[in-house]
Amino acid sequence: MTDLLNAVLVIILVMNLFALGTSRINAVIRTVAIQGILLGIIPLLIHKHLTIPVAIMIIVAVVIKGTVIPTIMIRALRDAQIKREVEPLIGFLPSIILGAMATAFALLIAGQLPLASQHYGTLLVPTSIATVFVGFILLVTRYKAISQVIGYLVLENGIFIFSMLLVEAMPLIVEMGVMLDLFVGIFVTCIIINHINQAFSSMDTRHLVSLKE
Amino acid sequence: MTDKIIHILLLIVMPPLLLGVINKTKAWFAGRNGPPVLQSYYDIIKLLRKGMVISTTTTWIFIAGPVVTLAAVLLAGMLIPIGSFNSPIAFAGDLILFAYLFGLARFFTTAAAMDTGSPFEGMGSAREVTFACLSEPAMFFAFLVLAKLSGSLTLTHMLHGPAEGFSSAMAAPLILVSIGLFVVLLAETCRIPVDDPNTHLELTMIHEVMVLDHSGPLLGIILYSAAMKMFILGTVLLHIILPFQTRTMWINWPMFIIELLGLAIVIGIVESIMARLRMRHIPGLLIAALLFCGFGFILLVRYNQ
Repeated sequence: MTDLLNAVLVIILVMNLFALGTSRINAVIRTVAIQGILLGIIPLLIHKHLTIPVAIMIIVAVVIKGTVIPTIMIRALRDAQIKREVEPLIGFLPSIILGAMATAFALLIAGQLPLASQHYGTLLVPTSIATVFVGFILLVTRYKAISQVIGYLVLENGIFIFSMLLVEAMPLIVEMGVMLDLFVGIFVTCIIINHINQAFSSMDTRHLVSLKE
Repeated sequence: MTDKIIHILLLIVMPPLLLGVINKTKAWFAGRNGPPVLQSYYDIIKLLRKGMVISTTTTWIFIAGPVVTLAAVLLAGMLIPIGSFNSPIAFAGDLILFAYLFGLARFFTTAAAMDTGSPFEGMGSAREVTFACLSEPAMFFAFLVLAKLSGSLTLTHMLHGPAEGFSSAMAAPLILVSIGLFVVLLAETCRIPVDDPNTHLELTMIHEVMVLDHSGPLLGIILYSAAMKMFILGTVLLHIILPFQTRTMWINWPMFIIELLGLAIVIGIVESIMARLRMRHIPGLLIAALLFCGFGFILLVRYNQ
């Protein structure tokens, strides 16, 4: 099972770099959605037996991350009628290289961490650290509010992967709470995005530094 | 013995068919009928029967370019195994010969282009070698991963994988390597995200620029060796993404042909749904391919002890 798990985690790492390197916002949203669906599948690969709480968690994670959140974001994008391109603070190639450096760093540092022995063979820890870093890079280097929401989502995906280490011990209610927070967070941000757009006729967060009556 | 003959026959006969399948797929996506699948064969035969116009400023290098390219690519085709069969020529370390036969072909193509003295073709040559700088290390990293997995330096054993076959423990690095190799395949064979084989727009041409002065049989040879290059790199990629074989040996040949045609359809789909990248973004794509292959290697060294 760990082998298959590692394969899925590697695909998630590839998607991180893809999210850093594409210029179309729609494509990035879709990538993150597919990443969310893959994340939903991971508990299936870790658990030996499928219990009802786990099944509920998988279904909720796949539905919320795979369909609900992308739909909200694409709708917000459509309503705001902005240019469909990501505007990065630094170029796409430097972003990819930064992401790759973060991934390499995560792979190196994960080997040094004092982990439980059953977690040494898997890529769970490096993938989660790398995904968190990539989320940070996406958050910091993009101007548009919606791209920053995507960065936040990737960041959350990284934390979700980390929580997979504790999947045996973590109660369902905690996962559900996280999922609800995430959903509400994205929902509210997309509404705020529309308001930013109406007030400034652009989604560029740089305008937010100047005060307005 | 029969296997070797079939290998050589496939290597010689099949390549233009791939171009035909790609064009048919693209036509289907565009809602056209498209040229017949065998059109590339007709084109090449037509070109071979035509006369040549050779500029007076050129030297023997101009003619040697396409000929050496074809010879190098043909030899490279002999080094790789097709399907579950061994390659006709195999020795330890032939992966380096394989990589540098492509290097030799590239050198002569660019030398022949610059031999015409046209600044335009020199520009194309500069682009070609610049991008090759990035795709070659990616290919070497991919080969490193395969060599480490199989514990052999012979292409035949490397591509067939370890004796017990590729296990799912190797899936993680192999996924990375196959993505990298696919990008290398697209770049080396001048397909769409990198280069458009149909374009004749000065600003964006890479490969087409270099062969502008070649005509008649020489152009036919160039088209043919480009198709053969795609056949070879496609075969290498198929070993990694579809390492399944049946017990009955003779079924493996038609299975390989179907797999390769499937790959051609995939390339056609990629060409149909993607736009050509801007010239300054192409190194980004190739660096990404390099990173994927490099990460594959790191993962393998770090986690598959």
